[in-house]
Order: sequence, then structure tokens, then C-alpha cells
Amino acid sequence: MYEISGLTKIYQGKGKNEKVHALQGVDVVIPDNDMLAIQGPTGHGKSTLLQLLGGLDRPTGGSLKFDGQEMAKMGEMSLTKLRAQNFGYIFQGFNLIPTLTAQENVETALVPLGVSKVERRERAAKALTDVGLGERLGHLQTELSGGQQQRVAIARALVKEPKVILADEPTGNLDEETRDDIFGLLEKLWADLGLTVIMVTHDSALSKRVPRLAQIKNGKLTIKRERAGATGV
Amino acid sequence: MFFTYLGRELRRRSRQALVIALGLALGIGLTITVSAYSSGVKAAQEQVLKSLYGVGTDITVTQTATRGSGGSQSFGATGQSQTGTGTKTTSVAQDTASVTPGTGTITSATLAKIDKLSGVSDAVGSLSLSDFNVSGALKQSVTQTPSTSSTSGTGGNSRGSGGSGGGSFSAGPPSFNGSFSSTTIEGVDVTNSATGPLSSLSVASGRALTSSDAKSAVAVVNSSYATQKSIKVGATETLGGTKFTVVGIATTTSSEDYFIPLYEAQTISKETGKVTTVYVKAASSTQINSVASEIKSAASGATVSTSAELASSVSGSLSSAGSLIVNLGKWLSIAVLAAAFLIAALLTVSAVSRRTREFGTLKAIGWTSRRVVRQVIGESIITGLVGGAIGIGVGFAGAAAIKKFAPTLTASGSTSSASNTSGGGFAGGGGGFASAASKANDITVHLTAPVGMGILGLAVALAVLGGLLAGGIGGWRASSLRPAAALAKVS
Repeated sequence: MYEISGLTKIYQGKGKNEKVHALQGVDVVIPDNDMLAIQGPTGHGKSTLLQLLGGLDRPTGGSLKFDGQEMAKMGEMSLTKLRAQNFGYIFQGFNLIPTLTAQENVETALVPLGVSKVERRERAAKALTDVGLGERLGHLQTELSGGQQQRVAIARALVKEPKVILADEPTGNLDEETRDDIFGLLEKLWADLGLTVIMVTHDSALSKRVPRLAQIKNGKLTIKRERAGATGV
Repeated sequence: MFFTYLGRELRRRSRQALVIALGLALGIGLTITVSAYSSGVKAAQEQVLKSLYGVGTDITVTQTATRGSGGSQSFGATGQSQTGTGTKTTSVAQDTASVTPGTGTITSATLAKIDKLSGVSDAVGSLSLSDFNVSGALKQSVTQTPSTSSTSGTGGNSRGSGGSGGGSFSAGPPSFNGSFSSTTIEGVDVTNSATGPLSSLSVASGRALTSSDAKSAVAVVNSSYATQKSIKVGATETLGGTKFTVVGIATTTSSEDYFIPLYEAQTISKETGKVTTVYVKAASSTQINSVASEIKSAASGATVSTSAELASSVSGSLSSAGSLIVNLGKWLSIAVLAAAFLIAALLTVSAVSRRTREFGTLKAIGWTSRRVVRQVIGESIITGLVGGAIGIGVGFAGAAAIKKFAPTLTASGSTSSASNTSGGGFAGGGGGFASAASKANDITVHLTAPVGMGILGLAVALAVLGGLLAGGIGGWRASSLRPAAALAKVS
């Protein structure tokens, strides 16, 4: 799936010559059907790594291969296509479109794939039913609880049948009970659908439940716990 | 998805969208009003030109009068008496038609030569005459034995437009007590009603002059003059000493009082085979200047004026209104439109900035930048079209207001550049008539502001342009960020 070596990301700081080294040579292999949690202090590069894995940004140096393709060298259109087809993104703040219903929000993930309107509606309804929101298709964001909104976001990430789910603090805005529900859902989907799930989390309770755990500190990644039979760094 | 998303966003931001639409509406409405006003002024100018020079005339040819060549006048005296105080009284009654003073004549040979020029589609001549009617008594102190012969004199006169007046005329020792009146006559080619002064006549009662009237003593009277003088169809009017039957009353803004067949005009003025103006229609509008040059060569000494030159000779409040539109209206509408576009663009950019995370999310799930831009532009164009629709309403209201409140405009045009005052006087010397040499026509027109399909098309185009501009800038801003950067923005 992912083969990463010497990955760096440097941001321009506020000062003219100030550079922020967010990632300083990350080496890791993430195989198919892996479930990896990345932990680390705030500002040490967790979200940056997740964004690079999702093709939302470009690395400054190193190699980032997805299914053998070097993402760093891809054109903008190819990268957009890769995102549309392969990556499902779940955000901490849910990031739903406020004017669209739950069903329409899920449909937005199918728009770039050129799926017909009828099929879009069917698939979105099914995805929402799969996450337990079959009765809430026509509800707007404001009419849903935090947990329900995150379920809509999960449905949106899943509806395109991606290879990878990238989740940035997916339970960060939820209470404990809802957190457990959402994580349980992710675990179920991972197990049932054979997805690769990579998540960034501060939550140590979640960290304990994932098969593989990595930590980022000062832009460097180390594997803290290996999944049985997995290939580490 | 495109229209669903678009509709929901516009509903969510309805207040802001309305502000943008109203801004565009103001700019578009003003542009429509100014354009309509401009069209109205143009139509008024065309109306004036049509009145002065006839429909479809591209070029007019006139001849500058040579000094002292004014039409000759002879006044016959009929009857005489002598008072006991030694004063001789001579009765004077004369009706004479002559070429309008200050105007030269063009021969039929020159007219034929112009008609045969390549590039000339049609050429028609007309003869402008002044009819002068004087009646009264000429008193003269008798210092010699009274003579029974008539008193006569020759001389030119020149005068302005029609009118009449009474009073005494003093010519030194002789004095004149009586009245005089003058009218203007246009001898028109009745075989050609498509070009020239005949084309500007609109018959209000009776009938128009036709080719069968070529050698008939018939006349069509200007309706304003007919009203003033209470002339009806069927009346008999004496022009140049000849009795003419009025066959029609016509509305025209031309200043001529009577329109009679050209042959008759030539006969009463003794200007056989001559005209004062040749109206030329070019075969195509692109040939006007070259045809004008050819005419200048063919008719040496003639004044050749193109329609463009004629238009520029139209002055007065109409011209002022035209200048106002060009100078003030145009820049005002451009300024308002530019401001409206700028405000629309700024508000759209502001709205898009608040949705940066939203667009970042869409890009993260695979929407292309082009799709995001298209969405923003779509919203802006709909806003622009709403603004355009309101703007059309504002424009119609503005045009209606102009129609209702615009003052009546006047224009004056001069059909001759010649200026000549012919000297002369009555026998006995001492007296003379002189007035404006050139034929100055004051035309009154009511300004309209027609809103045509072209203007409405312009409004729609401006609305779409405004939407494209605002949406393009906003969309570009939204899509220029990488998804990661867009998602990092605090909304």
C-alpha cells in the first residue's frame, strides 16, 4: 500500500528565513488492511503526515509511494483523481456541507467519480443505512447530533469504496460513549471491508484498541506497537 | 448536485446575494436608462435630419449664391390717386415667388450628371422659394406733375422664414403704408417620393402629391401653417401670382409652408430647369464619402454635405442633450457599473473566503478545482441574472421617467452655408429688405427613451459578465489553495 522513506515536509515560517520542519525523514511501510494509529504531541507532525498520505499536500523531500505510484511526482489532476478514487477522509470537525442533507453530503463524494444521480442517491442511502442513519437521510447538519454528523462523514468516506480511510482525530469532538460507538463502527468496517485505516489520535483509550501504533515526535516517526505479522520500519 | 448545491447556497446567503444583485441592478438599470436615453436622442436627431433633409438622404448638394444674385423682384403698382396736399398715392399689390435669398441654383444638367455618377442610387432635386406678398399704398410727395404710368422697381430681397407683418415703409421721401407677408415654398419632384423632402411628409388630411400632379397647380400645406392660417383641403392659395388648389395637409417638422410640384415652382419663379438642392442617396453607406468626392468634381462650386456632416450641424438643446449623454451619462453608467462589479466581486470573494474550509473539504474528497470554480461562478451568475432582471425593471422605470419628464427639445439646422444679402429697393430708392440669408430650421422634438431588444440583450450580457467576473475572482481564490491549506483556514 504505502512505502515511505526519508519523507520531509518543511513549511515557511512567519519570518522570512524561518522554516518549520514538520516532518524530518519519516520511514514507514503501511501494508494493505492495516489499522494504524499515529500518536504524538500537538505540532509534531501527525496531521501533516496524514495530509501527505491523503494527497492533500505535497512533501518537500523523500519518497511517498502509494500502490507503487510516487505521489510526490504526480500532477495535480492525477492527485485529485487518486483522492477521489482511493482515499476516504474523516475530519475531527466532520466538515459537512451545512446546506446539504445527510444524503446529499454523502453524494458529494460520488460526484467526481461521474456516478449517475440515481445511483448516487441509492449508494448514499445505503452508506447511511450502514452507519445507522437510514432514518436521517433528509436531515441537515444542524438537525443531527455530533455523533450522527460523524457517522455521515464516515458514510461519505466509505460510499466511494476507497482503499484507505484517513481519519484525523475522528472522535476528538465526541463524548466518551459516542466515541466508543464511532470507533466500534470503524473497527467493524475495517474488519468487514478489508480497508486500510490510518488515524491520528490523542486518545490513549483508542490507541490501546488499534492493532498497530506509531508515535511522531519532532517530525520523526517510530512504531510503538506492531501488529502481529506486519512489516514494520 | 450542481443546481441543488447552488440553490441551497443562494438561499442560505439570500441577504448577501440580494445586496450583490441590487448593486448589479443599479449599474445595469442605469446603463439601460442611459442607453435608452441615447437611443432617444439618436432617434430625435434622425427625426430632425429626416425633417430637414428627407428620408434616406446620404448627401445634399446646394449651390452657394453669388453676391447680388438674389431673385429679382418687381412690384407693380395699380391705380393711383393724389391728395389735395400734393401727395401721390400709389396702390401696390404684388405676389412674387423667387429663389430663397442666399441660395444658388443648380441646373438640371448638373442634377442629371449627379444622378448618373457611379455609387449614386437616387438623386432628386427640389427648389426652395420664398413667396413675398405685399399690398398697400405708396405715398410720395409730388414735386412734379403727376404721371399716370405705373411705378415699378427692381431689386433683390432677402428674408427669413415665413411670417407676416404690417406697418409703414419709409423710403426716404416716399412712404409705404400697408402689409406684407411671406411664405416658403418647396418645389418637389412628385415623381420621386422615396428620396428628398417629399419623403418626410405624412399626410394628415387630403392626399399627397403624386406623379400625375407634375404639371398641376396643386399644393400640400404644412399642417402647422395650415392651422395658423386656417387653410383647409380644397382651398385656393395664391403663390407667385398663380392660384394653387390645396389637395392635402401634411404633418412635417420641416419649416416649409407649401409643397408644390417642382415644375410649377420653376414656372412661378421663372427658374426653368433649376433646383436649389439635390438630395442624393448612395448605393451603399460605405460609398458615401467617395460619392461625395465625385459630386464635388462633377458640380464645381457646389456645397456637398454628407449625412454625418449634416448630423453635426444639428445644434440646440437636442445637440446639448446628445452631448450630455456622451459626456455625463456614459461615464456615470461606466462608473456605477464598475463600482457594482467591484462590490459584487468583493462580496463574492468575502463569501467564498468564509467557505474556504468547505471548498477544502470538497477538494479533499476529490472535487477538482475547476468543479469548485464552476460552482462559485454558477452561484454568481444566478445572482447576476437576478440583478439583471431587477436592473431591467429599473431601466424601464428610468426610461419611462425620461419619457414623462424630459423637456421638449429643439434643434436648429442650416441647409445652406451661403450668406448673402442682395441689395435692392423700391423705385425711388432709400428702402430695402434684408433678413437672414441662410435657411435656418428650428425643429421641436419630444424626447423618447426606447428600450430595444439590443439594450435588453446588453443588460443580460452585463449581468452574466458581472456574475462571471465576481464568481471567477471568488472561485479562483477558493480553488487556488491546496486542500490542506484550505482545511487549515479558520472559518
